[in-house]
Amino acid sequence: MSIVTVQLGQCGNQIGYEVFNAICRDFHSTHGLCSKKENESYQAASKERFFSEEETGVPVARAVLVDMEPKVISQTLSRAARSGLWKYDHQSHFCQKQGSGNNWANGYSVHGPRYRDVIMNLVQKEAEKCDRLSGFFTVMSMAGGTGSGMGTFVTQCLRDAFPTSFILNQVIWPYGTGEVIVQNYNSVLTLSHLYQSSDALLVHENDAIHKICAQLMNIKKISFGDVNQVIAHQLGSVFQPTYASEGASQYSRSPLGDLMESLVPHPEFKMLGLRNIPQMSENSLAYSTFTWPGLIKHLRQMLIANATMEEGINWQVRPPLPGHPVPQKASPNKAQHFNTSIANLVVLRGKDVQSVDLGVFREPALYTSWLNPQDAVNVWKTPRAFNKYEKSAALVSNSQFLLKLTDNIVGKAWNMFASKAYLHQYTKFGIEEEDFLDSFTTLEQVISSYASL
Amino acid sequence: MTQSVVVQVGQCGNQVGCRFWDLALREHAAVNKKGIYDEALSSFFRNALLIDMEEGVVNEILQGPLREVFDSKQLITDVSGSGNNWAVGHKQYGNQYREHIVEKLRRTAEHCDCLQCFFVIHSMGGGTGSGLGTFVLNVLEDEFPEVYRFVTSVYPSGEDDVITSPYNSVLAMKELNEHADCVLPIENESLFSIVSKIHQMTNSGKLGSTVKQNSLLTLSAGRIKTEQEKPFDAMNNIVANLLLNLTSSARFEGSLNMDLNEVSMNLVPFPRLHYLVSSLTPLYTLADVNVPSRRLDQMFSDAFSKDHQLIQADPKHSLYLACALLVRGNVQVSDLRRNIERLKPSLHFVSWNQEGWKTGLCSVPPVGHSHSLLALANNTCVKPTFIELKDRFMKLYKKKAHLHHYLHVDGMEQSCFSEAISSLSDLIEEYSQLDATKGVPRTDPSRLKIAV
Repeated sequence: MSIVTVQLGQCGNQIGYEVFNAICRDFHSTHGLCSKKENESYQAASKERFFSEEETGVPVARAVLVDMEPKVISQTLSRAARSGLWKYDHQSHFCQKQGSGNNWANGYSVHGPRYRDVIMNLVQKEAEKCDRLSGFFTVMSMAGGTGSGMGTFVTQCLRDAFPTSFILNQVIWPYGTGEVIVQNYNSVLTLSHLYQSSDALLVHENDAIHKICAQLMNIKKISFGDVNQVIAHQLGSVFQPTYASEGASQYSRSPLGDLMESLVPHPEFKMLGLRNIPQMSENSLAYSTFTWPGLIKHLRQMLIANATMEEGINWQVRPPLPGHPVPQKASPNKAQHFNTSIANLVVLRGKDVQSVDLGVFREPALYTSWLNPQDAVNVWKTPRAFNKYEKSAALVSNSQFLLKLTDNIVGKAWNMFASKAYLHQYTKFGIEEEDFLDSFTTLEQVISSYASL
Repeated sequence: MTQSVVVQVGQCGNQVGCRFWDLALREHAAVNKKGIYDEALSSFFRNALLIDMEEGVVNEILQGPLREVFDSKQLITDVSGSGNNWAVGHKQYGNQYREHIVEKLRRTAEHCDCLQCFFVIHSMGGGTGSGLGTFVLNVLEDEFPEVYRFVTSVYPSGEDDVITSPYNSVLAMKELNEHADCVLPIENESLFSIVSKIHQMTNSGKLGSTVKQNSLLTLSAGRIKTEQEKPFDAMNNIVANLLLNLTSSARFEGSLNMDLNEVSMNLVPFPRLHYLVSSLTPLYTLADVNVPSRRLDQMFSDAFSKDHQLIQADPKHSLYLACALLVRGNVQVSDLRRNIERLKPSLHFVSWNQEGWKTGLCSVPPVGHSHSLLALANNTCVKPTFIELKDRFMKLYKKKAHLHHYLHVDGMEQSCFSEAISSLSDLIEEYSQLDATKGVPRTDPSRLKIAV
């Protein structure tokens, strides 16, 4: 089953390109470390999931590119074509001239409705190219105007037009110290609205990825290209083909469905974080060896201590002991706060995956009591190595990972809202103070729910 | 691609505008060589309207190297000038030429398939630029309400030789308050000190041959300083570079684009507080190919020093409402972040916008440079400029000096003066109120409480 990707705004298009690029290079890679048959099976599954075939044999990404100004899309299309390995369907894009001016209201209330039909037609065409549609993957930032505002509107349209398909929103959390001054407003409006129409929000934080680039990848002058490549690698490590259950003989056909089923038992809890291990520059890769117990141990501690990468993890954080009550109503600001999970998905790739023992992930102390510990943890595996890493593990978690972040962004937005700064820019496009208040209310509710896990 | 239309009004406006087109063509030609964006780029620049109520300056332009660029359809001229009288420029010539102006604007707008912005360039102290220029601003708002209006205004200095410049400036200010989306105030004194500084550095021999050819901020297109260059050319080139850099992200690619509508969105938190202090760094580029981080960092530091601002102001010691950094050239997001982190502690931001930074990265540097930075600040440091203007106005007004020259113009009344000074006073008051919050310990408003 196939996934259709909708790339929204500058960020969405830049990242989308890196994702397809990473996936394509991965399935062409000769470092699969598995049998030829396995490799062929993997390649076929990956191709079907993300690309359609053309007569020329060059895979065509299953994607719709949307932006309100032309430069980024034009660049994205030509970069892909130049690679020679894959390309976009050059009909499958829509752009305008003016941009959204970093204004969520402009993206949502003006551009969205105005161009809805054209865009949905493009999506429909892509969906029809799929033998079976698993669902949609949208890529957008929260800080700007098109990805955030228009992206939110498009998500609603997707939900209306495809009520039974899964929708996963890949959302980029902006740098804390600004990229866009009104990013907190745009983020609050985006998150609160997406909560209504999306199945799950998979979040990447620019600050965290930036640190990975600096400390793990050792990149001196970090560009957005570098950041986007790390994000693409992380997404690839989750969404490339895997076997979703023990003893499965076929690569999973419904990755989005499996993901939602495993991770989103309750619609109030849709915020997912992503962690990946190991992560390093290609030069270092050649000199490193890893053991599964080591990787799993680190990944688990990253989960419970809410670390975003494998260096600088706080090893002091421990799960509460059985018999001892969990600290009441933990405040989102409390340091050393133990990260409680609702559900986790672990994806393992490479050598000896069959031997991996995930007992430490299944400890009941890590989870809320709603699900059986067996159901709270799902595992996807493949012996086929990913992107030259002999062994790699990824974690998608529905936990308190994003609680502090969300609380911070709502706090800053509220602070600005109380002074009424910039509101005239939104009201002129039809988003009123009341709409803001609704959004704040929705998010305070989400924060409260996650805090009381 | 979006287009902008430049409307240059009066002697100063046309002289600056002229420098702008000169440099713009140079930038266009340099990129053209590489074969990218040729037509689109030229369409961005085809759109100009030159207005002056005397012919001297415009005629010179039409005889100079730019004569190929403009044709008579883009001109509105008269012969007698405005006598440094805002009322003559605004009321008399305004009414007389309104139809003409609207017609020419409409025609230029028709050439644009996506008109995003009008740039008005003028001075505040005279009669035409100040009076007719602000009249045009009104027309723009009436006829093209959806299109942004960015105004580059040259403010008079204290020793201005036009006695009535305070009247003209304050009358113009009211119009800027009410009808401009963004104003970039410029003061000649600042331009002059920057020019002197560059002069000093290049002539002192300290840097000698390491200064990259063609990289001075003050250079005219393709020429090293010659005797033909006029005294204001160097200063006007700085302003021209300001406009080029401001529009660079709309014209060229980059990893984080910053379009003009984003500038207005992010830098104007309240409609009337739309005065942006600008600075351009570096003043010149040294010949190093690989710019060491230290030098890059110096570029960022300089952008915040009071010597590099284009008005006499010190943003570091006043309060920031918002700040935008548009970087061009071989600079990446990590350089940007590192410098924001480094400079933040020494800057005062308003309590509700503690991390109020808007950033843009454009891959193509200005001609002759490897990188450059444009900083735009919405900062209370504009207040002293406005207070001084008010004081100079009051000195004249109290004595009713020269008022009769204004009042005998049809449509001009005493109330125009009182309304104008009142508008300015209100603006100053808004800035004062914000200043009062500086340094006050922050108490965040309490959040919404949710029933569990």
